[in-house]
Amino acid sequence: MNYLILGITRGSMYALIALGYTLVYGVLQLINFAHSEVFMSGAFGSYAIVHLLVGDGKATPSWAVPFILIAGILSGAITAAVIAWLLERVAYRPLRRRGAPKLAFLISAIGASFFLSQLAGKLFGRLTSNSFPEFFDQNAVIFRPFGAEVRVLQIVIVASAVLMMIFLDRLVSVTKLGRSIRAISEDAPTAALMGIDIDKTISRTFIIGGLLGGAAGFLFGLNFSFGNTMGFIPGVKAFAAAVLGGIGNIRGAMIGGLLLGIVENLVPLVNIDTKWTDVVAFVVLVLVLMFRPTGILGERLGRAA
Amino acid sequence: MSEGLLQVQDIEVRYGAIRALKGVSFEVYEGEVVALLGANGAGKTTTQKTVSGMLQPAIGQILFDGERIDGIPAHKLISMGICHVPEGRRVFPRMTVHENLEMGAFRFKRPDAQLLEHVLELFPRLRERIKQHAGTLSGGEQQMLAIGRALMGKPRLLLLDEPSMGLAPLIVKQIFDIVREINSSGVTVLIVEQNAAQALALANRGYVLETGEIVLTGTGRELLADDRVRAAYLGEEIAAVS
Repeated sequence: MNYLILGITRGSMYALIALGYTLVYGVLQLINFAHSEVFMSGAFGSYAIVHLLVGDGKATPSWAVPFILIAGILSGAITAAVIAWLLERVAYRPLRRRGAPKLAFLISAIGASFFLSQLAGKLFGRLTSNSFPEFFDQNAVIFRPFGAEVRVLQIVIVASAVLMMIFLDRLVSVTKLGRSIRAISEDAPTAALMGIDIDKTISRTFIIGGLLGGAAGFLFGLNFSFGNTMGFIPGVKAFAAAVLGGIGNIRGAMIGGLLLGIVENLVPLVNIDTKWTDVVAFVVLVLVLMFRPTGILGERLGRAA
Repeated sequence: MSEGLLQVQDIEVRYGAIRALKGVSFEVYEGEVVALLGANGAGKTTTQKTVSGMLQPAIGQILFDGERIDGIPAHKLISMGICHVPEGRRVFPRMTVHENLEMGAFRFKRPDAQLLEHVLELFPRLRERIKQHAGTLSGGEQQMLAIGRALMGKPRLLLLDEPSMGLAPLIVKQIFDIVREINSSGVTVLIVEQNAAQALALANRGYVLETGEIVLTGTGRELLADDRVRAAYLGEEIAAVS
């Protein structure tokens, strides 16, 4: 049961990152491999703000905690959104203008990924184990369903992830921006004929992906430690989650993220060393690609290929 | 007659090194139906895409209502009232019929409810399927949806690219009847067709394209009677009728 709760916690962070991959894939048919660094930038951005607000965190009054959490999420989200926006402007748009082949985008993505990661290393030091000041008792047990322990931090993570996902789901299905994102992922030239500004919508899609990824960066940093190379593993796993759910499919990314988090945290149950956790994630990815390449909810991949 | 609503002047369009259009000029007057005819690869679709801003001419200019519109991208042109029903219908398959129609009205703050009602009266089949995903519709229904979607954008000039493609004769007749109705409500129509007999019966005037150039022009009747047109584009259909 404890493992399940751990799994849901991790899974909801994967889901938030996976949404960034899937949204961008939807509008550009491109895997934004620099998204893991967008996520990383969220952790650093929020750290700057949270550190400024609470110092070492020891003297934080409890009434302030929710506000600091919100400030952390917002600052992480905004930092990452700015990075994502810049990324699209600098690394992708010029290529799109010239009608560059897919491979060029991929190389540009990997280059941008290294650049961002090393830039963060240069600016903030290359420690892999920075951690947020403890401004509240993260490990206080809130309740014990079926003998398991649910901690404050886990509730914070899952609740904020779920809220953001509901918000995104509404945004995509109801608003005009959501409509334009869907229209572009279905048929970009025709979307333009309807009066949709493709460049603007793509830009905004990166921003939304960045917001979610940055929020996840903050939550991740709060839960674990963070550093300039932190993006890689969660990034690749979230990518696996997006594929698992069906890349390009927004609800698929949410489900895929949760599922992957749960599956990899069930590893200890079957008496395998926890070192195998990461292996499980990628075995899942390989299996999905072999037996159901369009993912759980996916219909897009086949058509887009 | 005064100046045309749409004036295409000597446009040349290139795909890389290939010149798809080699100096095409024509005019469409307000209230007319004009047909562009020609074989596959003659440049009909390219011409239409250039008018709607999906492609840009390398040379030449396009005027709409007296203003130059070449160089303006498609998503801005629609606000001038140029609505394009693209080749192959291109409805959004994973959106419902209703959402598709709303997409057509994207340029407005919100879709015009009265206009939606009017479109649904024009195409009762769409009303029956309003909640279905567009991808589940038959070809004819998708064509109706594509036309309905364009109407939601309140076109002054409606561009139709092969509305009859792949459809049964009965459906084609229905669609052409509706196009006639749309035209009589004041919408100017530029139609591209392989089905020359149907198109010329509907059109006031027509232009025949051949490998990127206009080789023949005349009223619908003149072209229908023209031996070259009959030989090239109507051979089968005349045989079928007589």
